[in-house]
Amino acid sequence: MKTPRQKMAEQDPQVRISNFNEVPSGFTPEQAQKEAARCLQCKNAPCRSGCPVEIDIPAFILAIKEGDFAAAREKLLETNSLPAVCGRVCPQEDQCEKVCVLAKKGEPVAIGTLERFAADWEGEEPPSPPAAGPEKAKVAVIGAGPAGLTAAADLARMGYRVTIFEALHQPGGVLVYGIPEFRLPKSIVFAEVEKVKKMGVKLELNQVVGATLSLEELFESGFQAVFVGTGAGLPRFMGIPGENLNGAYSANEYLTRVNLMKAYRFPEYDTPVIRGKKVGVIGGGNVAMDSARTALRLGAEEVSIVYRRSRAEAPARIEEVHHAEQEGVVFRFLTLPLRYLDDGKGWMEGMECQKMELGEPDDSGRRRPVPIEGSEFTIDCDLAVVAIGNDPNPLLPRALPELKLGWKGTIETDPETGATSIPGVFAGGDIATGAATVIEAMGAGKKAARGIDRYLSRYTISPRG
Amino acid sequence: MYRIVEKNRLTPEAVFLRVEAPRIARRRKAGQFVVLRVDEQGERIPLTIVGSDPEAGTVTLVVQEVGTSTRKLGRLKAGEAILDLTGPLGHPTEVKKWGRVACLAGGIGTAEVLPVVEAVRAAGNTTLAIVGARSRELLILEEEMRAAADGLYITTDDGSYGRHGVVTDVLLALINDGAVPDRVYAIGPVPMMKAVADLTRPYNIPTVVSLNALMVDGTGMCGCCRVTVGGETKFTCVEGPDFDGHQVDFAELVQRQKIYLGQEKSSLEKFEESCGGCRIR
Ligand SMILES: Cc1cc2nc3c(=O)[nH]c(=O)nc-3n(C[C@H](O)[C@H](O)[C@H](O)COP(=O)(O)OP(=O)(O)OC[C@H]3O[C@@H](n4cnc5c(N)ncnc54)[C@H](O)[C@@H]3O)c2cc1C
Ligand SMILES: Cc1cc2nc3c(=O)[nH]c(=O)nc-3n(C[C@H](O)[C@H](O)[C@H](O)COP(=O)(O)OP(=O)(O)OC[C@H]3O[C@@H](n4cnc5c(N)ncnc54)[C@H](O)[C@@H]3O)c2cc1C
Ligand code: SF4
Ligand code: SF4
Ligand code: FES
Repeated sequence: MKTPRQKMAEQDPQVRISNFNEVPSGFTPEQAQKEAARCLQCKNAPCRSGCPVEIDIPAFILAIKEGDFAAAREKLLETNSLPAVCGRVCPQEDQCEKVCVLAKKGEPVAIGTLERFAADWEGEEPPSPPAAGPEKAKVAVIGAGPAGLTAAADLARMGYRVTIFEALHQPGGVLVYGIPEFRLPKSIVFAEVEKVKKMGVKLELNQVVGATLSLEELFESGFQAVFVGTGAGLPRFMGIPGENLNGAYSANEYLTRVNLMKAYRFPEYDTPVIRGKKVGVIGGGNVAMDSARTALRLGAEEVSIVYRRSRAEAPARIEEVHHAEQEGVVFRFLTLPLRYLDDGKGWMEGMECQKMELGEPDDSGRRRPVPIEGSEFTIDCDLAVVAIGNDPNPLLPRALPELKLGWKGTIETDPETGATSIPGVFAGGDIATGAATVIEAMGAGKKAARGIDRYLSRYTISPRG
Repeated sequence: MYRIVEKNRLTPEAVFLRVEAPRIARRRKAGQFVVLRVDEQGERIPLTIVGSDPEAGTVTLVVQEVGTSTRKLGRLKAGEAILDLTGPLGHPTEVKKWGRVACLAGGIGTAEVLPVVEAVRAAGNTTLAIVGARSRELLILEEEMRAAADGLYITTDDGSYGRHGVVTDVLLALINDGAVPDRVYAIGPVPMMKAVADLTRPYNIPTVVSLNALMVDGTGMCGCCRVTVGGETKFTCVEGPDFDGHQVDFAELVQRQKIYLGQEKSSLEKFEESCGGCRIR
């Protein structure tokens, strides 16, 4: 009989909505080996083409199958510096698992969960790579999100002396300030960052490049190339009346208070957060799901997701929508907020919405939502979280007028090398593509590391004779 | 870690700190601020950079102890350190030669206005400082202000020092005497900034105010600091903190400053309990 695809155990929905602990608990060793045995070890391994960080998928899975979990972990770390993160938040169904040969029959190998298992394996420390040679060039990385961390680790592996400059007081970017603890424990992120530091990468926190120090200063102080991975950290608002009422948050603020500042542990931690009773979350992506599930865990009695398109168009991962539904989040599809209502004292008391129907496809190929006349109605809520997307962070581009920008303030790059319009300056991740995914940001960091290596080799290898 | 190299108590409610932060000391300009986090449990709070010594690599901060974070900060001693500190954030104050400039401040704003007074005067303006305090014992940095400005006017709410009244009384008197400033800068509690803007509006005196919106990151990432200026939403930390006082929606700012009143109170009670009324008075 064929083994079915293995599933991780999960905290019961009724229990987990009152804690911030991780929801799934990962494979047991038996499950992992069983799942690993499902892999056909394909010669041409189509799955590999779906992985932007170039993991040798059949090789690490084979090691799990054989019970050598430490070897599996090592295999992952050869090309991926954040496997425990990827194993948790990578949209595998759109990446490696989508192109796994078993996907055709509907049950691809659970590559992501196997990756998580191996990455979490606690064996002895993997050997540290050789220290950077003093003759190798210095490279500065701006931003300690997945793009920056990947570029830094790959450059360190090539022997470069790398320093990451991060604006916030903790490394990780969205992994730390955005994605909630119950999906990605911060201790996991910090442990992976520690590994990157062990490779010789220096990390300077509280450094806003463009404010604390300029790019010119970096070049003057001996850095020969710079990678910009500053992300898409500018929250969008809809510009409708009442958006500045007390009780209206951007998802970034809400999640930053709760995750980065640990407001869920207030007053042990000093940062407060509004604990809404009835919460409306605007948007249909992962960020909206994270906000809604966070609100439940902060004690909300009723949480609804308000999204102007239908379920089919919602960009959130199916797994996340499913988790939110299990936990009791109410979905109001084809609903558009028109304005927020003031309780007369400056606080949110509800949102006026309008029903929509789907019309012709728009530029994005999705059917355009069209308002239905006279369908206005009110949703009661004392907290609204706006999760309709983020634009590239303008702080650094603003300080660099020569930098060529594209759509919505993204930095224009050569997608193969990360090169920008300024020689020696490379970029990748959300700052170059607009808000995307962890794995795409990491893939961009990897390509840029190679681009930087090629750029620097041109200058450091002097012709003989 | 950012070491405190000097600490002085200015009043029962305010301390002066000189902190090691060489990069910030080198680059900061008048009107900019830092965001800091005192300890691991701390929140991120904004504080104006009052001055700096690029040679020594230090910046000076003046803190009014109003809640948990500022009291934690007030308890630190010289030699101890602040866990996280970043900056300089926000746009520097616009400084040009305008002629006669009046800089008004209330309360802790006196410290915040000092770098602006210095910069405005250095640009060749006749610079008048008008500072107000609730009473004489709460007045800060009088000597520094006297040295920095061409003229200094002091008011106290209770009449214990200087002129009995508020800073707008002095500004109105100047206007009535025909000494109309070409530009006004105001920094302090919201009602005071609003009063200044309301006073100068009919005279069409360009008036800049520095807004103290609540903040988290201070880098434009969260939108916590949004204010309405001229009908448009602005992020104070990256688009300000200085704005045209005649365009600011002060009522909204006051409203938004109250979001966490209940929680701030419970946080402070817990803190006071934990240190057994350790506040040095
Ligand atoms: C709530 C939320 C949930 C998400 N869930 C998922 C998910 O499940 N799966 C998935 O694949 N993707 C998810 N994403 C998207 C994913 O997190 C991002 O695409 C990814 O983090 C982008 O990585 P990055 O390195 O480009 O930028 P970021 O992660 O944004 O990191 C940028 C870093 O640069 C720093 N920085 C910015 N400006 C400066 C400066 N001037 N100087 C110094 N440092 C600076 C920032 O502080 C930040 O730390 C989610 C996003 C959000 C917001
Ligand atoms: C750009 C900027 C520069 C600033 N510069 C200085 C400075 O140089 N010196 C200084 O002492 N303070 C300054 N502040 C105000 C300072 O940030 C707050 O006092 C501090 O965050 C309060 O934290 P807390 O935990 O001690 O008090 P909380 O417990 O947070 O609040 C206590 C009381 O203070 C009020 N409050 C909180 N935050 C603010 C704020 N941002 N503005 C006004 N009232 C507030 C609360 O409503 C409450 O009544 C500045 C604020 C901004 C935005
Ligand atoms: S990193 Fe993502 S794409 Fe690559 S193997 Fe892991 S889950 Fe698949
Ligand atoms: S495609 Fe699927 S079955 Fe084939 S090697 Fe990759 S993971 Fe294994
Ligand atoms: S404080 Fe977060 S955007 Fe200004």
